[in-house]
Amino acid sequence: MATSGTRGGLRLNAHKERSTTQALRAASPVEKLVLPLDQHAGAPAVPLVKPGERILRGQPIAQPGGTVSAWLHSPTSGTVAAIEPRPAPHRLGASTLSIVVANDGRDERHAGPAPSPFDQLAPEQLRELIARGGIVGLGGAVFPTAAKLNSAAGAADVRLLINGAECEPYISCDDMLMRERARDVVFGARVLLHALAAKTCVIAIEDDTPQAAAALEAAIADAHDERIQLRRVPSIYPAGGEKQLITAIFDVEVPSGGLPADVNTVCLNVGTAAAVASWIRDSQPLTSRIVTITGDGVLEQRNLDVALGTPLAALIYDCGGYTGRMSRLIMGGSMMGQALPHDDMPVIKATNCVIAASALDLQPRAAEMPCIRCGNCAVACPAILLPQQLHWYAKARDLDALETYGLMDCIECGCCDYVCPSQIPLAERFRDMKPALAERLAARTNASAARVRFEARSARLERIESERLAALAKKRQELAKKPS
Amino acid sequence: MLPALLTMVGLAAAAGAAAAFAARRSNTDQDRLIEEIDALLPQTQCGRCTFTGCRPYAAALAKGEADINQCPPGGDATAIALAKLLGREARPVDPRFGNVPANPLVAWIDEAACIGCVKCIQACPVDAIVGASRFMHTVIAAQCTGCELCIPPCPVDCIVMRPASA
Amino acid sequence: MRQVLYALIPTVALHVMFFGPGVLIQIVLGVATALAAEAAALRLRGKPLPPYLLDGSAIITAVLLALCLPPLAPWWLIVSGVAFAILLAKHLFGGLGANPFNPAMVGYAVLLVSFPARLLQWLPPNVAGFEPASLSFVETLTTILTGMPPERFTWDAITSPTPLDALRTDLALGMTMGEAHANAMFSAFGGKGWEWINLATLAGGGWLLALRIIRWQIPVAMLTALFVCASVMSAADPGAYAGPLFHLTSGASMLGAFFIATDPVSAATSERGKLIYGAGIGVLTYIIRTWGGYPDGVAFAVLIMNLTVPLIDRYTIPRIYGHAR
Repeated sequence: MATSGTRGGLRLNAHKERSTTQALRAASPVEKLVLPLDQHAGAPAVPLVKPGERILRGQPIAQPGGTVSAWLHSPTSGTVAAIEPRPAPHRLGASTLSIVVANDGRDERHAGPAPSPFDQLAPEQLRELIARGGIVGLGGAVFPTAAKLNSAAGAADVRLLINGAECEPYISCDDMLMRERARDVVFGARVLLHALAAKTCVIAIEDDTPQAAAALEAAIADAHDERIQLRRVPSIYPAGGEKQLITAIFDVEVPSGGLPADVNTVCLNVGTAAAVASWIRDSQPLTSRIVTITGDGVLEQRNLDVALGTPLAALIYDCGGYTGRMSRLIMGGSMMGQALPHDDMPVIKATNCVIAASALDLQPRAAEMPCIRCGNCAVACPAILLPQQLHWYAKARDLDALETYGLMDCIECGCCDYVCPSQIPLAERFRDMKPALAERLAARTNASAARVRFEARSARLERIESERLAALAKKRQELAKKPS
Repeated sequence: MLPALLTMVGLAAAAGAAAAFAARRSNTDQDRLIEEIDALLPQTQCGRCTFTGCRPYAAALAKGEADINQCPPGGDATAIALAKLLGREARPVDPRFGNVPANPLVAWIDEAACIGCVKCIQACPVDAIVGASRFMHTVIAAQCTGCELCIPPCPVDCIVMRPASA
Repeated sequence: MRQVLYALIPTVALHVMFFGPGVLIQIVLGVATALAAEAAALRLRGKPLPPYLLDGSAIITAVLLALCLPPLAPWWLIVSGVAFAILLAKHLFGGLGANPFNPAMVGYAVLLVSFPARLLQWLPPNVAGFEPASLSFVETLTTILTGMPPERFTWDAITSPTPLDALRTDLALGMTMGEAHANAMFSAFGGKGWEWINLATLAGGGWLLALRIIRWQIPVAMLTALFVCASVMSAADPGAYAGPLFHLTSGASMLGAFFIATDPVSAATSERGKLIYGAGIGVLTYIIRTWGGYPDGVAFAVLIMNLTVPLIDRYTIPRIYGHAR
């Protein structure tokens, strides 16, 4: 599909240097870890252990509950304390079924599969092995990586895009990962290239991350792999949005309602690539991730390597505790992050950043005023929508117009909110209207499927009837021929 | 006088051209109109409109032989959409053709009671019931349009309508 | 919106320089009426007063209308025009953000249709070559408040048509462009005084563009369309039609392009739509000025194009990301 390059977006104050001045270190171990069974996209995982059972670090404790689902492993050794509903950040504090692990502090390791050179496995075997590692997209969407690879594998000329463009303000976990584990990223990219039988890989980063760029360049040079190249994109939010990045790098647009696979591309986060490397090379399944703890409301702003299931409260404690200016806890970045009601919730595979925001960090929002159609939002919109028109039709709940104006193509990046002089929470309004439109689109799809089946049935009945009549006529002819 | 006349004629011509451009889409031939009407119908194929299916109803609407308020499964939303497309007055669904369901319903077969007579399978307009003679039948809920045509033929009354999402 | 008011300072300053302090009195009367009308309407509609009163949109409406009226126009013209604009053209349609027509231009159109003679009584510019009757501030104020000129003058002694108006009348009387241009109110390429006011407005508009308060599409499209129309017609018959520079620097050309047509509420909203909308205003302005019965065409051009905005918006939805062209 032809493009006119990337459009819209905003140059934002990134606030990343606050959390990148201190070197990465592991978070202090905690006594209890809470692992929600539905922390990935798709069907919830099904527990493999029972309360009271002793488990080891890296041992599978839940298996996929469907074709799109993921394995879950214990981040430490200990016992299963309970399998019960616990508040979870991706449910914004509502409870979801979780495995609670009591840490015994011994950190004994489960004997995983013996590592073997990945390039001696067939691509489909390698993809199955990646699924076994519990690996999901660590950019935030937590889509099971093996399922994504399976849906794109086999296409001719499929290409790999490793997304290191961490565009959202405050988040720096990918930047730190690339600085400190560039070799893992490159090794992971090579594994993924083999798993996809792909020939090219682009690692994309923003042009304001010189240390990460240098580390990746060195790692790519060391790997002597000519299939991998590093590309820089301007740091204009949301440059790291999947669709925006694909357009910036390959100059194609992902079709509306489609997937990157439709333009022969598989897009994975740098953290995902590093997790693949740890699993395939070191037999370490995905049981920890790098989390940015930042914001003016926490004493020490930094990145930590955190075991999944660690309570957010423990992370804050690890960083010196809250300051007096703490005002709101946010999971994710300042543009698309979601406010959490409290900190008694675990780090999950999707937790890239925790902002303990003070009033200084929060966009002060004045009272909402009517839209004056100034069009600043349309200039900022990376999806080339007209938010001022969508707003009007969302207020009127006019689903026809919302469909015409492309509501489902909104990526909820929040650029329109940010520039709105009338302080209208546009992205939130659009998010609220999407289910109603999605329902109508689904009804339409079902209706056309029903029509196809009805027409097939009608044709079948007609054919059967005409065959019956033909057989009858033939029989009559034969009877007539027979001398009586 | 002349410039004023020319100005008015010119403006009228420009406005007329704009209106013609806007109206271009509605200038369709009969077959395309039937397609457009059919696309608005819910494809339940239930026949409650008194026609044998959605497309025959669409054809009748296109010819002006049916009213826009004869489709209970589509509800008022469909009636309004049809009125808009055909430029007729919007009215709620006429209750003589049946009640508008508040929530979408799908058929459900009590498999313990089913005797495997295949009568419902023959009645289903969209092939949403599977089974074989003297084996129990079941409704593929995702493909059921809720037309209720399978209910009268059942000799043991083992089919009931249930909310779609349950 | 405060910047929009700042951007009008050069225009107002030159207005005072060429036509005396009348415009300042008109602005004060207009703004006071606008705030009173806005407050009354908000109170009646049960809306909070401070955010709406302070956003400046009512003040801009009043200032734009004040700049369009003759400096010595009686007080009830500006008061009734602004009240009509705010109460009927704005709040009856739903207030801020919901008015389909530009309120200031609705107010102007109502006044022009109701009191055409009063709106034609402009003043001669205070430049060399003229000996305009110079009114003191007090005399100006009493003229506006009483509706009568000071005793030592008659209306005819102190008023003068605008260059646009004069040219239209002269051409209608059968004069050629050359003969009409012999009048002392014309300079090399425009009308004396007016050309400087328009250039000052252009400067203010350019400042708004640089600040990205307004976007370039509407002003550029409108001025280009006006330029092209005037160029074509004056090239075809230089004796009968004024040239493009005259049109660009006369009347409300620049005010319309940068401050009136760019009102986002009543304008087309997509980028392509703004180009069409702006060009439409430019063409209609030229047509109304040249063949119409009114001294300037900007107000009616804007109002007519306001009518077409829903149609323009419908046909200029940009290609959404991921959709085929």
